[in-house]
Amino acid sequence: MTPLLSLTFWQLTTIKTIVVLSVIPAAAVVLGYVFLLKMMAHMQSRLGPMDPGGFHGWFQLVGDGIKFIQKEDIIPADADRRVFAMAPVIVLASTFLLYVVVPAGPDLVVQDLDVGIFFALAVSSLSVIGVLMAGWASANKYSLLGSLRAAGQLIAYELPLVLAVVGVVIQAGTMSLQGIVKAQATGEIFGIGLIGNPFIFTQALGLFIFLAAAQAELTQTPFDMPVAESELVAGYMTEYSGFRFLIFFMAEFGTAFALSAIAATLYLGGWYQPFFPDGLMANIAGPLVLGAKIMLVAFLIFWVRFTFPRFREDQLQTFAWKYLIPLSLVNIVATGILKVAF
Amino acid sequence: MAQLPGLFKGLGVTFKTMLQPTVTIQYPHEKEAPPTRARGVIALKEENCTACMLCARECPDWCIYIEGHKEKRPPRREGGKPRTVNALDRFDIDYALCMYCGICVEVCPFDALFWSPDYEYSEARIADLLHDKSRLGEWMTTVPEPPALESGALKKKK
Repeated sequence: MTPLLSLTFWQLTTIKTIVVLSVIPAAAVVLGYVFLLKMMAHMQSRLGPMDPGGFHGWFQLVGDGIKFIQKEDIIPADADRRVFAMAPVIVLASTFLLYVVVPAGPDLVVQDLDVGIFFALAVSSLSVIGVLMAGWASANKYSLLGSLRAAGQLIAYELPLVLAVVGVVIQAGTMSLQGIVKAQATGEIFGIGLIGNPFIFTQALGLFIFLAAAQAELTQTPFDMPVAESELVAGYMTEYSGFRFLIFFMAEFGTAFALSAIAATLYLGGWYQPFFPDGLMANIAGPLVLGAKIMLVAFLIFWVRFTFPRFREDQLQTFAWKYLIPLSLVNIVATGILKVAF
Repeated sequence: MAQLPGLFKGLGVTFKTMLQPTVTIQYPHEKEAPPTRARGVIALKEENCTACMLCARECPDWCIYIEGHKEKRPPRREGGKPRTVNALDRFDIDYALCMYCGICVEVCPFDALFWSPDYEYSEARIADLLHDKSRLGEWMTTVPEPPALESGALKKKK
């Protein structure tokens, strides 16, 4: 793969860092505005914010962000101050690391690791540590209960997430996300290679498991037991306010964006479109194609979020251990057998 | 597994609602037309009021203030005793207290109080929500016509 421009390593690194740093708040604002504010409002027959910014309230979340920055930085007297301050940063860091491997074009990737998807799933579970730290350091029973629930849930749903991806990895024969995109682009369905072979056709079950597990990873309703406001105030975020809360918020939506991007890459073909397989045009069209697919996946995630009520804690664990994990194991076995057979 | 169809039904409901027009009305820009008989504000028809105090006494919030005095009017017939009537000096409703129960309207024996569907009388100062009798009288212009009587209702009158 030839780089677009010849830049030194530090120049490239700076550009990549700035891009990722700006993508996360932008992603949080876009997802938050389009889905959390507007789509949810219309699903409840409301309009949502209409005034900020003049056009359908597009400025609402930016204004909220500015408001959060102005707020006093409150740390509870009994809190473990250093851990308390570090926790949201760790959660956000795990989100940042997710963006390292997601490709948006043939050259538009921070680092195309050979173990790309493995890396992504590994760093996405780092956020559990941040959540546990937040809950423990807050010196608050709601926070602690919430963080323990979150830890239990994230670990339980990490398994089906990984196992669902294994099916894709078997079929693509590589763990690199660029390789998976290429495998889908060049794949054929019964000898017809017109649109490639997006793995949504062969791995539909895997996509379902991936989305369900991603929903739980994001602690979105119906898996929002850790932040169940009717029993735990706001779970591990109870004591957080101002900018630190904003970081949690950004991490939540940034991760939603990243997991949607990974789902789009694994199952929907990623940035690839058949007209410009490589070169400059692919690099320009790639982010747009990927963005459209991300919005599609995010729409599914938020549609489910705004429709279903919350699982009970035991139902939540039952769903992971008794349904999703066996299903994903069946998926792996079936994929393996078919891979060998064909 | 029996719950599965219900899950998709729920998704369908939210999706359909999303595509339908919303019920929200952007108030300052567009105004809602309340039903004709909506309980917006209470209007006072002063000439009907006899300062009998029934409304003030029945009011659960005690938000009606009435003051009156007795006046002598000339007798109906030549050589009779002068008539005594109640004249209304003050009739205030404090809308900061009113809970819009409508008991005063129900209880008024002389049809001096009416519901009006008008609702735009918010004030910056809470004290301004006390409407005196001239302000309450102004609301009379917004009171809708009473519904037509049922057929045959007029025959009883002789």
